[in-house]
Amino acid sequence: MSATLEKGLNAFKEVIDTPIASYFSSCVHCGLCAEACLFYNETGDAKYTPIHKLEPLRRVWKQEYTLLGRLGKLLGLAKPVTDAELTEWEPLVYDSCTMCGRCSMVCPVGNDITYMIRKMREGMSASGHAPEDMKGATKRAVEIGSPMGIKWPAVQAQIKHVQAETGIEVPVDVQGADYLVLMSSMEIINFPEYLSAISRIFKQAGVSWTLAPDAFEATNSGIQIGASDLAREIVSRIVVAAERLKVKCVISPECGHAFTAIRWEGPNLMGKPFGFEVKHILEVLDELRLAGKIKTRGKDKRPLTYHDPCQITRRGGVVEQPRHLLGEIAEDFREMPDAGVMNWCCGGGGGVSANSRAEPLRLEAFKVKKRQIESTGVHTLITACANCRIVMEEGLEHYHMKVEVLGLTELLAEYLVEGE
Amino acid sequence: MNHLDLLTFARGSALNWALIIFVAGVVLRLFEIFGLSRKTDLAKPRIDSPGSGWRTMLTRSIPPQGMVKRDPVTYIAGYVFHLGLFLAIFFFAPHIEFFRSITGLSWPALPSALVDASVVAAIVALAVLLAHRLNNPVKRLLSTFSDYLAWTVTLLPLLTGYMAYHHLMLEYTLMLALHLFSVELLLVLLPFTKLFHTFSVFVSRWYNGDFFGRKGVAS
Ligand code: SF4
Ligand code: SF4
Repeated sequence: MSATLEKGLNAFKEVIDTPIASYFSSCVHCGLCAEACLFYNETGDAKYTPIHKLEPLRRVWKQEYTLLGRLGKLLGLAKPVTDAELTEWEPLVYDSCTMCGRCSMVCPVGNDITYMIRKMREGMSASGHAPEDMKGATKRAVEIGSPMGIKWPAVQAQIKHVQAETGIEVPVDVQGADYLVLMSSMEIINFPEYLSAISRIFKQAGVSWTLAPDAFEATNSGIQIGASDLAREIVSRIVVAAERLKVKCVISPECGHAFTAIRWEGPNLMGKPFGFEVKHILEVLDELRLAGKIKTRGKDKRPLTYHDPCQITRRGGVVEQPRHLLGEIAEDFREMPDAGVMNWCCGGGGGVSANSRAEPLRLEAFKVKKRQIESTGVHTLITACANCRIVMEEGLEHYHMKVEVLGLTELLAEYLVEGE
Repeated sequence: MNHLDLLTFARGSALNWALIIFVAGVVLRLFEIFGLSRKTDLAKPRIDSPGSGWRTMLTRSIPPQGMVKRDPVTYIAGYVFHLGLFLAIFFFAPHIEFFRSITGLSWPALPSALVDASVVAAIVALAVLLAHRLNNPVKRLLSTFSDYLAWTVTLLPLLTGYMAYHHLMLEYTLMLALHLFSVELLLVLLPFTKLFHTFSVFVSRWYNGDFFGRKGVAS
């Protein structure tokens, strides 16, 4: 399907709903949203003001859905949205927005700007104004099954490795298991520790779980690029597998946007509520902890801090669980300033890390994370998103900081009491 | 037309027309908003928190932690302006008398000196906000003619009201007529400028609160 301006404008018209109309109506041009945005804060460039990133969408709303705007259009006074303008806006809508949601928390009139960016991307991609890298990732996700082009045999290789290392059998395609475990490409390639940690923790807790060869990938490039039809196709693989295996719950891995994709957007993309639950791995782990099913011994002596992934915390509501879990295994846990629902983004969410053109800006925006980490004085950083992890590792290296980044699940597994 | 005729006109048909346009405008704008669709969210909310949207209508008036420090001018002048304007509109004795004459409802007034002070504070705050708008690169980028128009028509009733009360510059009757005209101008433009946030802010805050509430995050 070829992308055209007309399709883009139609998509703009289609995504404008009551909330968006109320948001545009309410904006008082106070500029406070800029203060919340890492891209404005670290560059000081006014063009990164969140609400400004939506200017073309705002004009479509005005010209199509308000009486005055329509009159203006009839009289030829309205400035139409053009291809050239969308080209100019592409870096604003994609490269300089991680859909982190901070601006939506501070806007005094309550505008959920992040929601609007997500919607605006539908029109941007329909008109062909999405970054090339993200187009490629989406294409791979649809055709191959993973944005990084990973296929099941790669997972199988990892399973073999984990089985050899832990002596625990990794269940595949188990009918009637309680949990279906998903992973992100990033974990499959870079962080095999995750699968091994899950196997060990679940063995101890006596959890019945399974992987599915037709639905191992949790990430969803369709959502990041803003193509709901593709996003639906990607998410439907998980739904089909979960229904086929009759699991009670699908576990979203240590990945931020995957959680948003399955937990919050999934049922809406599919047009029906799910017959199973969706939980983030931290939620599951904390439930097991509460039920007394996870036994740990000893505590990590290193001073450490926790980076809240935006989609898991601010946009996902998993706030206390990582703190409880760290409380069990960390002796010197330090919160960074603004931790929790107002934490600053790593700079690579919302598809930014998949967009090589955005790299210099992303590293610039990382300065806020750098300051946050420095103020805690730690050299160990825990998080629960493989994408945050890679992005932060790159940022830390760029700024020559000696800080190790670890996933919370694998840290927990290190302190597990096994074989007793 | 002498000054008294002018005042009679301002109080009579001019006011009626302004009120008609105001009410029709507000209704139209609300229709424009609610006439669009909104899909029900099919994702199961984390906790049942039906009041979240309503709560956010109020709680969004409190600045998030650390934000006042980032832009103290906008926050402080913004509060002073809104509070000053609110007190002047609803707690000045002659205004209450006016509301009583149309609605039959009445409530206690604040001492005139206090209302006077809040009007001065609101005017000063508006001046500060304009200077800030012109100086701050973000606000300048966002601002259009409509922002300066909204600023002007908000200032005029405050200014003319203050001058009428203190018998400044023009003859009292004439100034009072001008005060009424300025209010009427404000009423007519309110639905069609960003001043409409007076109403829509409750809608946008509700949606925001509902969104975050479903996810278990207080906003
Ligand atoms: S903070 Fe809200 S009201 Fe202020 S400019 Fe941004 S979107 Fe508009
Ligand atoms: S969602 Fe985050 S990155 Fe995007 S505009 Fe808002 S604050 Fe900036």
